[in-house]
Amino acid sequence: MALKIVKGSIDRMFDKNLQDLVRGIRNHKEDEAKYISTCIDEIKQELKQDNIAVKSNAVCKLTYLQMLGYDVSWAAFNIVEVMSSSKFTYKRIGYLAASQCFHESTDVIMLTTNQIRKDLSSPNQYDTGVALTGLSCFVTPDLARDLANDIMTLMSHTKPYIRKKAVLIMYKVFLKYPESLRPAFPRMKEKLEDPDPGVQSAAVNVICELARRNPKNYLSLAPLFFKLMTSSTNNWVLIKIIKLFGALTPLEPRLGKKLIEPLTNLIHSTSAMSLLYECVNTVIAVVWLSVLKYLGLLAMSKILKTHPKSVQSHKDLILQCLDDKDESIRLRALDLLYGMVSKKNLMEIVKKLMLHVDKAEGTTYRDELLTKIIDICSQSNYQYITNFEWYISILVELTRLEGTRHGHLIASQMLDVAIRVKAIRAFAVAQMATLLDNAHLLTGNTQHSGICEVLYAAAWICGEFSEHLEDPMATLEAMLRPKVATLPGHIQAVYVQNAAKLFSTVLCGQEGAPADSKVAQETSQLLIDRLPVFVQSDNLEVQERASCILQLVKYIQKLQQKDVEVAEEVTALFAGELNPVAPKAQKKVPVPEGLDLDAWINEPPSGSESEDEGRKTKGKAVFAREESRHTKPRYTEVDEKELAKRREVRKAEQANNPFYIKASPSSQKVRTASSPNRQLVLWMPMSDQYVKLEEERRQKNKADRKKDKKKRREKGRQRRGDSGPESEEDITPAHMVDIVTEEMPENALPINSSLTSRCITDVCDIQGNLHDGSQVVVSVIFENKCDSFIKSMEFNVMDSLNSKLQRPEGAGPHDSLTVPFHLPPGISSEARFIFSVQSIVMPQKLKGTLTFIVKDSSTHEKLDFKLHFTCTSYLITTPCYSDAYAKLLESGDLKGSSLKLEGINQPFHHLLARICFHHHFSVVERIDSCASMYSRSIQGHHVCLLVKTADQTVSIDAKCDEPGLLRNVLDEIKLTFSQC
Amino acid sequence: MIKFLLMVNKQGQTRLSKYYEQVDIEKRPSLETDVVKRCLSRKKEECSFVEYKDFRLVYRQYAALFIVVGISDTENELSIYELVHNFVEVLDKYFSRVKSKLFFLSSQSELDIMFNLDKVHIIIDEIIQNGHIVETNKNRILAPLLALDKMAEAH
Repeated sequence: MALKIVKGSIDRMFDKNLQDLVRGIRNHKEDEAKYISTCIDEIKQELKQDNIAVKSNAVCKLTYLQMLGYDVSWAAFNIVEVMSSSKFTYKRIGYLAASQCFHESTDVIMLTTNQIRKDLSSPNQYDTGVALTGLSCFVTPDLARDLANDIMTLMSHTKPYIRKKAVLIMYKVFLKYPESLRPAFPRMKEKLEDPDPGVQSAAVNVICELARRNPKNYLSLAPLFFKLMTSSTNNWVLIKIIKLFGALTPLEPRLGKKLIEPLTNLIHSTSAMSLLYECVNTVIAVVWLSVLKYLGLLAMSKILKTHPKSVQSHKDLILQCLDDKDESIRLRALDLLYGMVSKKNLMEIVKKLMLHVDKAEGTTYRDELLTKIIDICSQSNYQYITNFEWYISILVELTRLEGTRHGHLIASQMLDVAIRVKAIRAFAVAQMATLLDNAHLLTGNTQHSGICEVLYAAAWICGEFSEHLEDPMATLEAMLRPKVATLPGHIQAVYVQNAAKLFSTVLCGQEGAPADSKVAQETSQLLIDRLPVFVQSDNLEVQERASCILQLVKYIQKLQQKDVEVAEEVTALFAGELNPVAPKAQKKVPVPEGLDLDAWINEPPSGSESEDEGRKTKGKAVFAREESRHTKPRYTEVDEKELAKRREVRKAEQANNPFYIKASPSSQKVRTASSPNRQLVLWMPMSDQYVKLEEERRQKNKADRKKDKKKRREKGRQRRGDSGPESEEDITPAHMVDIVTEEMPENALPINSSLTSRCITDVCDIQGNLHDGSQVVVSVIFENKCDSFIKSMEFNVMDSLNSKLQRPEGAGPHDSLTVPFHLPPGISSEARFIFSVQSIVMPQKLKGTLTFIVKDSSTHEKLDFKLHFTCTSYLITTPCYSDAYAKLLESGDLKGSSLKLEGINQPFHHLLARICFHHHFSVVERIDSCASMYSRSIQGHHVCLLVKTADQTVSIDAKCDEPGLLRNVLDEIKLTFSQC
Repeated sequence: MIKFLLMVNKQGQTRLSKYYEQVDIEKRPSLETDVVKRCLSRKKEECSFVEYKDFRLVYRQYAALFIVVGISDTENELSIYELVHNFVEVLDKYFSRVKSKLFFLSSQSELDIMFNLDKVHIIIDEIIQNGHIVETNKNRILAPLLALDKMAEAH
């Protein structure tokens, strides 16, 4: 026996300890696995020995190997053996190994119950401590049940060291064995006021965790926590308490007010960033006061200057602030939006702003919105506008605003865009012609006075670019209506002047055709009939221009009667295109040698004669206005000749002058594929159409340009309901602005015509999954629109915190999904993707890419798109019986909201069908012009609508148990109807 | 709550791991390499928080060692960030008592942790239990360990 002991201790001298193992592994870098397997064999030998020291050493090494990823569960029983050693040095190694290796399904745990109980009641506080620590790692429901009482007793142990640990382990016991909570809770509450801060902090921890799961039951503890918050100095504890209050405040709103003071004190006094962060977090979440909202927006605008990206992600939040009751908050939010726009989001932001313009009450705010829209769009030389048709239609829509002071602002924008964006002129002219035609709507009410400034721009654009007019005669007629005489003087003057320009265009058109002198003469007669009204005007300029032009026309008519072709000469009056010139262009013209700009050209005026002379020459240079006043035809003839001569000179000059921006012949012809040929009715919101067109255009840039346009439009319309993915990639502007800056180069900028032959489109439908409250199925139809075979399509979406694409097990969070088919040319096919969604209260957009290989080119092509998860797509058509419906409404759990739609003139059943179809509702009951509708979200929210209609106005009263969801669904319904 | 605490070196080798939520032993190495890869690939000027799967990582680098803590999203990131430093200061205090120099600035620290794995575990167990912070006072954290050392010396 003695020999055996001696032999054992000699053996031990050659045993490896942990240090030797670590060194050994480091020295065997090449054959680590082999070395470790020999070590494990040794350990197995050691574990077979009776000597507890050897065993504990072996277990210690196993703990290290376990950390390296080796399975040591085979040694579980030996670990229990070491745990039950009476010596603390060994015991702790056993417990350490157990806490690292054991888990609920380790079966030897059953054997430990008595051992642990013995250790818990050990007189040595460290024995107890180590047992508690170990227990927290591997406690099972059985252990929790059996040991709950022992641990509860330890909560009032004399040593704070033990109390602290016992309190904390109780949380795990509660989780595993919930029945223990009720008897243990009073004692737990006592521990909140324990004299030892460590115990106190442990109790706060436990109660905070419990309260987060079920805050209601812990409201009564609020005063106690309040006291702790003001007295505790431990930052970690304070953070927990503040978190707890964050959970309690939604249940007891009065708490919020009480919290402000201590929280602000903490914010001011603490030096710990983490505590500050938690306070601010809670303040934002709980005490969401308007002051803070305002300050937050203010801070954001500061951040925006240096880190624009970080603010841009909060776009939706900022847009929400536009709904705020407080005007100053809304104005702040507007300021922020100004700095946040990019090419990608401009249309979206402006669209939202336009909605607000409609809703806005009070002209000041509405005017502010209007100026902001214009500011946003026009900033840095229209940098963010990719589609000017859209912008023009926005401007036209803005003219609907009643009583705005900013008519001149809209007018100057119209002029600016029409002059500087050559490609847009045809479109702009068409829009302006409609405006002129409907001028009575603008001027009908005296309140509109501010807006009639727009007519100034409209008349000028129609006149100046009259060659784009489809029916110049009609526009001419519209401009000479007697009602025009009620407009302000400066607008009338522009009307008269541009009527003359139009007249020249009309003449041109009429004489170009097989000479029909009668029609031409009738046109002249129209002017002769209508102009006298203006000649009588009390405004000097109107009178002057009108009489001048009247005489000119009369003379022309005389010539016409003699069958003289006058059109060419009349057009010559207004020839020469107006082009943008850089503000400092003049500076670049070198001063000719020998010319002293400061010297007098003529001596200072000595007599009236020379002055008159000078003025006369100036006048002649522009138009033959002064002369035409004289009725003698002789004079006019001379003047026209002279004018022609001058024009020749000017043209020659222009040709030689490198700084004069010439009209490049090609730019006139440039019209983009998407410019629509359809007639637009003025008083409908049109910009949406252009948003749509813009989307199509962006897709078109990728697809074959020669595709049948009509077909695409139809597709666009179909998609409206479920908002398909829009491609976001390379947004090339449809038109370029002539950017006139100091560095303005030679000619106008070329139109960007980079086109790739991309050839795939997809349309998608988003549907909630009935069986799972957090799943949404997106079916995507891929259509191959090119002539080549498309293969290896891969679909990928950037997950957000809220929505995630479900990928097969084992795939990383950024891996793409392979689309399970190839696409021969012209074929379309459907694939389904499942997304998991956490919150369905807010609509959401996910960005994604589709990569694919076109067979011929065998390169990877990429198509970016956006998936728009509207709140509607989370709704599922669910039938509901009227009595159940009534019960639901009576229950009072639902919160209400309402919506008014005006100018809806479709039949009521169409309207209901639309809501049913687009928004997944079902009709519960319908009585005459009133109907109740019901739908359910995938997470079981009830949405009830009461739709009533009375002469073109539809009012929708809605109720839902989730107000956020309801608000978004209503917005979407509103959008559906604003699009029809 | 805290889900796990890792200490890894620059090569991505795990030097210490402590899990407060059961993770299968087979899954641990892949989780650890994944987590470490995330943290190692970040530049010094980038912030110390990483979103990873359904939790967040808070990490700090001390010479050649990274300390990475995985937390649930209800936890306060900055408090964990400060806790890590507190933990390192405790280690510093304990080991520099032995070495009489600043422990964590030396490359020795990695070896010390490996050789004294059980002691580092004792320290962690005093600070964090059950996934929650129990103790932040350095003296109280070290008290049991010092008591143990005294016992060993007496032997």
